[in-house]
Amino acid sequence: MTSKQTKAGKLGEKITGAEALIRGLEMENVDVMFGLPGGCILPAYDPLLKSSIRHILVRHEQGAGHMAEGYAHVTGRPGVAMVTSGPAATNMVTPLCDAFMDSIPMVAITGQVSTSAIGTDAFQECDTVGITRSITKHNELVMSAEDLPMAIRQAFHIATTGRPGPVLIDVPKDVLQNTMSWNWPTDDEVADSLPGYKPNTKGHTRMIKEAAQLILRSERPVLYVGGGVLKARAADALRALAELTQIPVVTTLMARGAFPDDHPLCLGMPGMHGTATAVTAMQKSDLLIALGARFDDRVTGKVNGFAPDAKIIHVDIDPAEQGKVRKPDVPIVGDCRLVIEEMVKAIQELLQGGTSQADLNPWRSRVSGWQEQFPLMYEQSEPGGPLKPQYCLEKLRDAAPDGTILVSGVGQHQMWSSQYWRFNEPYTWVNSGGLGTMGFSVPAAIGAKVGRPDKTVWAIDGDGCFQMTAQELVTASIEKIPVKIGILNNSYLGMVRQWQEMFYDERYSEVYLSQDTPNYVKWAEAMGCVGIRVDDPSEVEAAIDKANSINDRPVVVDFRVDAREIVYPMIAPGTSNDAIMLPPSQNARKEFLK
Amino acid sequence: MSGSNPYGSAPTHHMLSVLVQNRPGVLARVASLFARRGYNIFSLAVAPTEQAEYSRITIVVDVESSPLEQIVKQLFKLIDVVRISELDPRKSVERELMVATIKASATERGEIVELVNIFEGRILSVGADAVTVSLDGSPEKLDDFTELLRQYGITESQRTGRVALPKLDTTTKVTKALNTQGKAN
Repeated sequence: MTSKQTKAGKLGEKITGAEALIRGLEMENVDVMFGLPGGCILPAYDPLLKSSIRHILVRHEQGAGHMAEGYAHVTGRPGVAMVTSGPAATNMVTPLCDAFMDSIPMVAITGQVSTSAIGTDAFQECDTVGITRSITKHNELVMSAEDLPMAIRQAFHIATTGRPGPVLIDVPKDVLQNTMSWNWPTDDEVADSLPGYKPNTKGHTRMIKEAAQLILRSERPVLYVGGGVLKARAADALRALAELTQIPVVTTLMARGAFPDDHPLCLGMPGMHGTATAVTAMQKSDLLIALGARFDDRVTGKVNGFAPDAKIIHVDIDPAEQGKVRKPDVPIVGDCRLVIEEMVKAIQELLQGGTSQADLNPWRSRVSGWQEQFPLMYEQSEPGGPLKPQYCLEKLRDAAPDGTILVSGVGQHQMWSSQYWRFNEPYTWVNSGGLGTMGFSVPAAIGAKVGRPDKTVWAIDGDGCFQMTAQELVTASIEKIPVKIGILNNSYLGMVRQWQEMFYDERYSEVYLSQDTPNYVKWAEAMGCVGIRVDDPSEVEAAIDKANSINDRPVVVDFRVDAREIVYPMIAPGTSNDAIMLPPSQNARKEFLK
Repeated sequence: MSGSNPYGSAPTHHMLSVLVQNRPGVLARVASLFARRGYNIFSLAVAPTEQAEYSRITIVVDVESSPLEQIVKQLFKLIDVVRISELDPRKSVERELMVATIKASATERGEIVELVNIFEGRILSVGADAVTVSLDGSPEKLDDFTELLRQYGITESQRTGRVALPKLDTTTKVTKALNTQGKAN
């Protein structure tokens, strides 16, 4: 971050609202923002010319939003997007909702028609705060230039504290044009302005002690780790807890990387497409220690059949998550890192005081039995047979430089990515979990690469997803952001096809895209990227090596994969996790999961 | 807002007193939260408090659909919400105001006036074949009054929804009843 002489500014200095907005962003240490100018936000783009903030000009406002999310995912700092009013604001709705569902810190700034025109159905007017009310942590229409600094301070404070989330500031054009006297509220003034917002970070001591006792008594415990652990930067604390207690760990789709996949205690991902071991360990558990997880329906399956014998310790910074789906036996409201650290101390004290931990060996050996019997697997293709998507992922994984960030869209490719990659570091996995936004990966990968230019960023996308937001590769080319995109191209909306195959009697309705249109290589080249097509397993490694060697422009690899491939394991929607469907070759030994 | 007893206090009704920052859109935030999460508002009254920067919203919620605890926690997440307390009808004073226009022929008028007097209501307006009356009091009193007026024919009526504060107590300070545990999210 470059510190600038203009940054702090002189209190009382007369500047325009637009200058105050940009100066405020600089004060919040924003180094990059994603956006696209237009009528009402125009005044804000002028002071940007002399700002230290790098602005990345997107090709569609949705791209700006997802880039801000990708940036926030990998840096932990709030992503910033700025667009104009009306259609630009509505294009921001999907990323805002995505960030809200996945608790991503983000600040969106939208232009608005002038205060005198609000409510008149003026050109490019829409009720942005009304539309985004239920998909933001907070939003605010700023009606006076004097109020802008406080609105910015509040936005960053709210977006990044407590349970993180998106905050939107809607700024009318005349508010940007009017002169104000510069002010920058202090921390105390910000706190005083928000009497209803006091996130509780420190867990209740007695509850933590109770949790520690329960953990030591439990014979079949599982650490159920959610995205909150990453938001709280609690990966080290989690590892200390797991290693101290030797309790196996499952990491949800939002928490992949929070605990190393190569750790002996790691059971991988739970849920609808989780590993049989992770799913079954939770089902058979007598204690789930839920850390920053929200008992999502994709994890629990049918709720009243979920982990029926388990007591629940639920650590979450959002009190509304406690008891929303499953009533906890020990609710702890607080920041995951602080609470886990206290939990480790409380357990150590109990152990030193002579309390002994229940023998976990029978449980551990049961769990490792499942791991041996039910590994993730797929049928390798016969020589000359079609290319398998999982094979592409394995090869990508094996060739990826250490610390590579993997970004995915939504669908089969996303599940395979989560399953077949090995996440050994936090903040190396970026995806759209809660909202399930197709088209997320290309812009999110660009944002991630902007946030971590030192790292290799691979996006794994489906052909359906890719076609939704691929235009942002033009942004990547022009802005010299060398992301790598691997399309697992099966010419289908693959996950929908899978559901139609399994639950609609193979009646395929509107899921076939096309074998040859678009031509992804030509399309990539037209957007200033390198395009590579892979049809045969024998070509995979060379294509990946080539892609990994290109660092001056984006690369798109079109992997032509087998459309018949199914994501296994699978738990059919609305059924209990006990009814897990295994790959056909493992069905014979299903009894072993009892 | 339906049911056989549209004004009564059903066992599934709970009263929340919600102190909010008096800012544009705050009522919309509260209302859209209820709509979005599928909670039912039975009645709602909102007005500024003695401090201009705060408003108090008194919400009677119908919690058949979802537990009150979850409603309160979700409401708490709204940045503009400062405090929430559940008011126990046995430990609070409630008032509601209604105005109603009743069909009243010249011969019936006297009966209606008598009824209004018994209930300590007021006659607001008298027409050739109708009177408009007002009554304030506990929601139950308003229910009874409505029932008795029904035989004459109620042309139009409007109730404000209830407002309430905790009952004063000789041993505890009033502020204590309003305090809830630390807000977090």
